[in-house]
Amino acid sequence: MSALITSSRISGAEIVKELAFFAVIALLMSVMILGVETVDRPTGLELAVRWDLVITAIISTIIGRLALIIRREHISRIGQAVLITVAAVAVFEMFVRFREMDDRWASPVFIDMAFGSVTSIVLAIAFIAIVFAIAYFSMKKVAAEEEESGSNLSAKIQLAYRTNTKKIGALGIVFFIIFPFLFGENRSAIDLATLVMIYIMLGWGLNIVVGLAGLLDLGYVAFYAVGAYSYALLSQHFDLSFWLCLPLAGIFAASFGIILGFPVLRLRGDYLAIVTLGFGEIIRVVLINWYDLTGGPDGISSIERPSFFGLAEFDRRLPEGVMGFNELFGLDYSTMHRLIFLYYLILVLALVTAFVTVRLRKLPIGRAWEALREDEIACRSLGINPTNTKLSAFAIGAMFGGFAGAFFATRQGFISPESFTFLESAVILAIVVLGGMGSQIGVVLAAIVMIGFPEMFRELAEYRMLIFGAGMVAIMLWRPRGLLSFRDPTILLNMSKKEKVAGEVK
Amino acid sequence: MSMLKIEGVHTFYGNIEALKGIDMEVNEGEIVTLIGANGAGKTTLLMTCCGSPQASKGRILFEDQDISRMPTHEICRLGIQQSPEGRRIFPRMSVYENLQMGASTQDPKYFEEDLEMVFDLFPRLKERINQRAGTMSGGEQQMLAIGRALMGRPRLLLLDEPSLGIAPLVVKQIFETIKKINREKKVTVFLVEQNAFHALKLAHRGYVMVNGNITLSGTGAELLANPEVRAAYLEGGH
Repeated sequence: MSALITSSRISGAEIVKELAFFAVIALLMSVMILGVETVDRPTGLELAVRWDLVITAIISTIIGRLALIIRREHISRIGQAVLITVAAVAVFEMFVRFREMDDRWASPVFIDMAFGSVTSIVLAIAFIAIVFAIAYFSMKKVAAEEEESGSNLSAKIQLAYRTNTKKIGALGIVFFIIFPFLFGENRSAIDLATLVMIYIMLGWGLNIVVGLAGLLDLGYVAFYAVGAYSYALLSQHFDLSFWLCLPLAGIFAASFGIILGFPVLRLRGDYLAIVTLGFGEIIRVVLINWYDLTGGPDGISSIERPSFFGLAEFDRRLPEGVMGFNELFGLDYSTMHRLIFLYYLILVLALVTAFVTVRLRKLPIGRAWEALREDEIACRSLGINPTNTKLSAFAIGAMFGGFAGAFFATRQGFISPESFTFLESAVILAIVVLGGMGSQIGVVLAAIVMIGFPEMFRELAEYRMLIFGAGMVAIMLWRPRGLLSFRDPTILLNMSKKEKVAGEVK
Repeated sequence: MSMLKIEGVHTFYGNIEALKGIDMEVNEGEIVTLIGANGAGKTTLLMTCCGSPQASKGRILFEDQDISRMPTHEICRLGIQQSPEGRRIFPRMSVYENLQMGASTQDPKYFEEDLEMVFDLFPRLKERINQRAGTMSGGEQQMLAIGRALMGRPRLLLLDEPSLGIAPLVVKQIFETIKKINREKKVTVFLVEQNAFHALKLAHRGYVMVNGNITLSGTGAELLANPEVRAAYLEGGH
């Protein structure tokens, strides 16, 4: 081992000390989580101890830490690669063991698997070789250049993003427009894309309140609920069409935004968050308990689906005199038509949200929101009326939440208070924060990460949320201010954006 | 003619009486300074003129209109602009956007003209126009705060400690500019300062504040020569 360590910056004793410290931590953390298992025996539940897992955890921790030390202290490349390979095998070992907990241990799983047959030996060797190669070549420029190249890369990405924001946005829009053509036959892909798009729209709506105006709103789901119930109730009781109800739902939600806005005008930060949280819960509890109007926990079912702008319907069996969508365009009937139509509908709604936000940012009101986020006292002394500014942010943000809610109701065909819990607010807020407050494209990325990935990786079953949590922690470690957290001025004088960004990044 | 008239103003923070009956006057075209130690109530008086906090007793007249019960943003629309304590620029917005915010009460047709005027007074701001305001030096931020206030076309400019935390050379420059603003742009200036020497040299008249009361007043030169003022605020420094 000492031959591997060519650095003189750290002594062997120090390394041992550091490793011992982390071994103890690993022991403390794993003993309760991995080390004990309740087993159902004929005599009742008993505790079984799984020392093998604990030891695996400790060993992997030690190896991982050692790899970190080696990387940190710039020790030779082969040494690093060897250690990373061993660590990878250990992690794999632990992962397999963790999945098949009933297999009581005889010898390490990896070795069992590796020596099962000739093919598996080859596979095992190939696995080790690949890991080793990746580890070896990823550390090519270990010594002095390492940190520099890292920051250079991120600076380059930043520069590329900030100078080409518009192009990236346009590309994204084109991608989402052609999406149904790529996955037109895949029902689950369209469903997932629609779901992600709902959250993108909600994220953009909340972004106005949280990202631009800086008002931390933990009850955004309330406006979503108001929109959904407005549409459901209006269409059931007054037989109004979706296209008429959509603006009404927006207006209702906006007025609820103002109702929430008034009592919280003087509040900021944590206090505002608590009140908005309470507001979100009030709406939900009212929905549960006002049985006569909302149907309480039973919700509202068989909500009318939207027609094709009042011209045609999507149903297979149609009453006399009603045109079918497929007839209108001379197509064969397909259930996908409705789904793709819904997808485009939410896409248009979301794009309207984005467009309005971008426009508002350039208008005095949008500028006033941003200024209010930065410094309320300064705003006041410049003659900006903070009451109107805040209320308009709440109202406009809520309005888009209401639109999204009406869309949600018409897509699901069934709504109940279950869909509007605090968790939804938290997810929407997380999308805005992870995306980088105020960043439109950031919201899209975060919505895909937060909503799309967990759905796509459903096969991972119980590990899904584990990986999700790890991902959140990783984002907050490496990009603590969100994925895309740059605020560029909306107007630049006598200078191109490229020059400005280049000057800043240097 | 008196532009700003403060009559028997008392201001409270909870139960603490920060201003104990202030009477003072700022005449049109003057530079008036208010000096005093830390915690004397200088900033409170300036902020009371802007309506936050509001005076609990007394009257504040701006051009014979009582403004002591008006909300801050409306007072500002009458033609009173301030560069608040600690500058309070918008750090994540660019210099240009900060100046835009300053002009938010004004008709956009004046914008270009006013922008030129501000850049004329503070050429440094023109160089930094697209920079984030928070990344500038203290002196530049102070220039921006004054420039932002000027974008609101004030007739009365309230300045709260423009010399705070700024290099002496830059302080001199800023004070020169204040003089220029007053003389050439015909803006009346009410200046709150701890830097008594510079402030009194610049001002036509001055007031001295101790523990929420005005204890002395007079022309700048008189106060500079006053032994009490010298002992309390000038000796040992400068």
